[in-house]
Amino acid sequence: MSEPEMTLDNAASMGLSADEWKLILKRLERTPNLCELGIFSAMWSEHCSYKSSKKWLKTLPVDGPMVIDGPGENAGAVDIGDGLAAIFKIESHNHPSYIEPYQGAATGVGGILRDVFTMGARPVALLNALRFGAADHEKTRHLLGGVVSGIGGYGNCIGIPTVGGEVNFDASYNGNVLVNAMAVGLTHSDRIFRSAATGPGNPIIYVGAKTGRDGIHGATMASAEFSDETESKRPTVQVGDPFTGKLLMEACLELMGSDSVLSIQDMGAAGLTSSSVEMASKGGLGMEIDLDLVPTREEEMSAYELMLSESQERMLMVIKPDATRRAREIFDKWNLDFMPIGRVTETGRLVLLKDGATACDIPIKPLVDDAPEYDRPQAKFVSYPIVESRAITSDAPISSILLQLLKTFDLASRRWIYEQYDSQVMADTLQGPGGDAGLIRVHGSQRGLAMSTDCTPRYVEADPHNGGAQAVAEAYRNICAVGARPLAITNNLNFGNPEKPEIMTQMAQSVIGMGEAALALNTPVVSGNVSLYNETDGQAIRPCPVVGMVGVINDIATAVGIAPTASGQTLLVIGQDEDCNDGWLGASLYARHIAGEPLAAPPPVSLEAERKTGEFLQSQIGAGTIIAAHDVSDGGLVVAIAEMCMAAGLGATIISPNGGNAHGWAFGEDQGRYVIATDDAGVVTNAAKTADVNICLLGVISATDELKFDDGDAISISKLISSAEATIPALMNG
Amino acid sequence: MRIAILIFPGSNCDRDMMVAIEKLTGRRPSLVWHKESCLDPIDLAIIPGGFSFGDYLRCGALAARSPVIDAVLDHAARGGAVMGVCNGFQILLETRLLPGVLVKNAGLKYICRNITMDVCETVDSPFTRNLEVGARLTMPVAHNEGNYFAGEDELARLNDNGQIAFRYVDGPAHGLANPNGSSLDIAGIISANGRVMGMMPHPERAISPELGGSDGAKLLQGCLEALVS
Repeated sequence: MSEPEMTLDNAASMGLSADEWKLILKRLERTPNLCELGIFSAMWSEHCSYKSSKKWLKTLPVDGPMVIDGPGENAGAVDIGDGLAAIFKIESHNHPSYIEPYQGAATGVGGILRDVFTMGARPVALLNALRFGAADHEKTRHLLGGVVSGIGGYGNCIGIPTVGGEVNFDASYNGNVLVNAMAVGLTHSDRIFRSAATGPGNPIIYVGAKTGRDGIHGATMASAEFSDETESKRPTVQVGDPFTGKLLMEACLELMGSDSVLSIQDMGAAGLTSSSVEMASKGGLGMEIDLDLVPTREEEMSAYELMLSESQERMLMVIKPDATRRAREIFDKWNLDFMPIGRVTETGRLVLLKDGATACDIPIKPLVDDAPEYDRPQAKFVSYPIVESRAITSDAPISSILLQLLKTFDLASRRWIYEQYDSQVMADTLQGPGGDAGLIRVHGSQRGLAMSTDCTPRYVEADPHNGGAQAVAEAYRNICAVGARPLAITNNLNFGNPEKPEIMTQMAQSVIGMGEAALALNTPVVSGNVSLYNETDGQAIRPCPVVGMVGVINDIATAVGIAPTASGQTLLVIGQDEDCNDGWLGASLYARHIAGEPLAAPPPVSLEAERKTGEFLQSQIGAGTIIAAHDVSDGGLVVAIAEMCMAAGLGATIISPNGGNAHGWAFGEDQGRYVIATDDAGVVTNAAKTADVNICLLGVISATDELKFDDGDAISISKLISSAEATIPALMNG
Repeated sequence: MRIAILIFPGSNCDRDMMVAIEKLTGRRPSLVWHKESCLDPIDLAIIPGGFSFGDYLRCGALAARSPVIDAVLDHAARGGAVMGVCNGFQILLETRLLPGVLVKNAGLKYICRNITMDVCETVDSPFTRNLEVGARLTMPVAHNEGNYFAGEDELARLNDNGQIAFRYVDGPAHGLANPNGSSLDIAGIISANGRVMGMMPHPERAISPELGGSDGAKLLQGCLEALVS
């Protein structure tokens, strides 16, 4: 069967530009066939090549004494002490999750887990960062239900606890949900596996599930905008099989313990194409693969389909030639396919055989090195105005505003979501969802790993540079709030169409802000993912550069949660002084829900103050003077206090500020603050003064059901709880 | 004390159970792969939680037909003690060592949270002998199919024979006392001879205060001591 000669039209239908098509012709010195063109289009897709973001990603700080592997491997690796490494990465599965929420989210989890265990680490925790459309949008219920169930469906079955995450609801995500999944694993620092192919002549082994026609060209689909025809893209969504994922994880980890594996790469986006090309490219070598040997579950798959399928739960490995028998026995034990499908060559070419003929013979270097890199034009960003608190506040009692805010989808309890995730399997979860950071014990030790995912898209939209920095600062605060030392970052940059200058501004400026914060807070970026073209019918999402941060705590016995434990404990806010200003309400949840969301600049971030306050809190928690700590974020100070009371089931009496704007004080989202509960208020206050950290008395925990202000305004904690708990169930069960 | 923990390819609470048992007994239990067709002499066989064979069909249906289960059936027939937790409970129902079925949770969703359960008055059994009747134990559940169901006659028989070991009751955790809609609020049952017990809650996850409580350790310790004496 002869196939028609490829043309620019074919290239365009695969998402390639005319210039990119010309470059392919030049590099090959001939016209590519369908399979070859498919390989170029996948490797040069935004998803695989980072062609629009690379220029900016290069500006991020990626080094530090704790960094073992920065960006470029399957996941980042950092030293956590005791000869151990934490290996972690976040990745998006936005487009598939919108088309098919359960499978899209499930395979997002499966994919990120593979990235981690490919490095030789046993995954120990999962997190996620989710964005859905407005709660009252017709698709939100379906998408939220499907995504949550899909995340749980995969993580629960494979047996890795989901210990944290975040979720927002906003109309800008009506047509493009964001599903970012993060996985964290542990291994010995000297037993990390990497992907560069080694040793010409060594066997290339295909392991895991069989290849089918699912997910073909998913990477290209993920690199385009949505339109009315999105439904027709359902076949490009992969189907997850967590049970096979579990078998693959166990088999790979068992094999990696047997000194057999030389290099390994998971088949994620662009399947066999990206795994073979990346392994060969990193090793500076070539590969010859006989596609007739690839285990398939459908008949008569073409070379093109085999190379572009994104069937899940598959890996490509180069193993020691004498290890084949041992390796096969392990995969037989786990009932998985194990098939030598080719060998490493010295040619620098990707040669594919099919039906006895050559189906593809292309140089590997251009696939990676010549992948386009664009410096796309940016629009000039016009700063939003600084809005003074008094311009948007009223005289309404703080308690009534608090109740209103806690009922909103932005602040309501996430219990309906996180109770669908197994947060405790592996029996090392010290703090699951609902706190500031997830905290797990390093198995068999006193050490703990804290982790958090964060971004505030409304801040990023209002000021991309500041918003990028704020995402890092908030993650940093969440790690510090449990008593851990922040170590490093993985990031997931979710934006609209980068070919639009205003979107490019959002991406470039927020990455610059993120980089400055990562540098100042000493948390380098060790892995990440970019998801662009999150647009439907030309409408872009609110920019969402998510930060996933991991920190370490040396003694888990010192860790704290957000709940005070007894009446009489003193509440203080650190990072804020007694000079009561008006509070920063611009771009706050108060502005959004109470004041009609005026265009306004978000609160500024002081990286120096962040670091000083964060390090002070870490030292105080380590010294045992703090009983509970909670960072002040969405909703401001009074929301933070209320959340602590709700977690404890205790009341509090709060000293109202002397002067300033009352609503600004209560709900302003000024950065760099934590509310703490302590029995040693004098000790902590003196220590803060010595450390030149601002501190201010807020009040005292009471054994009542009331959050009370000393001007007489009060509200029942149980009422706050029942209101905050009702919001999401009312949407989902209603 | 000789304890074996069975491992199916999709088991995922096997290590947690091993750690808990080792912590309580000071000895590592033996781990038995599902393809084994015989068990060394043991005092207790434990089937841990997880998704034995993916459970895409009926939970535990494939596992109940694996070689190691024949060995467990022999062990039980000789009066040996068997405990199944979560997926292990589902598997025990599929083997018919225990009556009834576990169907999808009433809320149609997976649920992971703490529950509180009462220890019930039962036939003499190592699984309840050292626990005070009416004692309240708090520990997590984490399952999709934990809604215990049996015919009216069967339920009455279980109740009358003292085969209901644990019942969900109100506790400190947020949410309904009965998390999954189980008939008679059943959280765990035992066989008529008291030697086989299945339960949905996870005692192995509640073995120290930093993990959210020690009631699971209390339950397991009680069983282990009863089996030794």
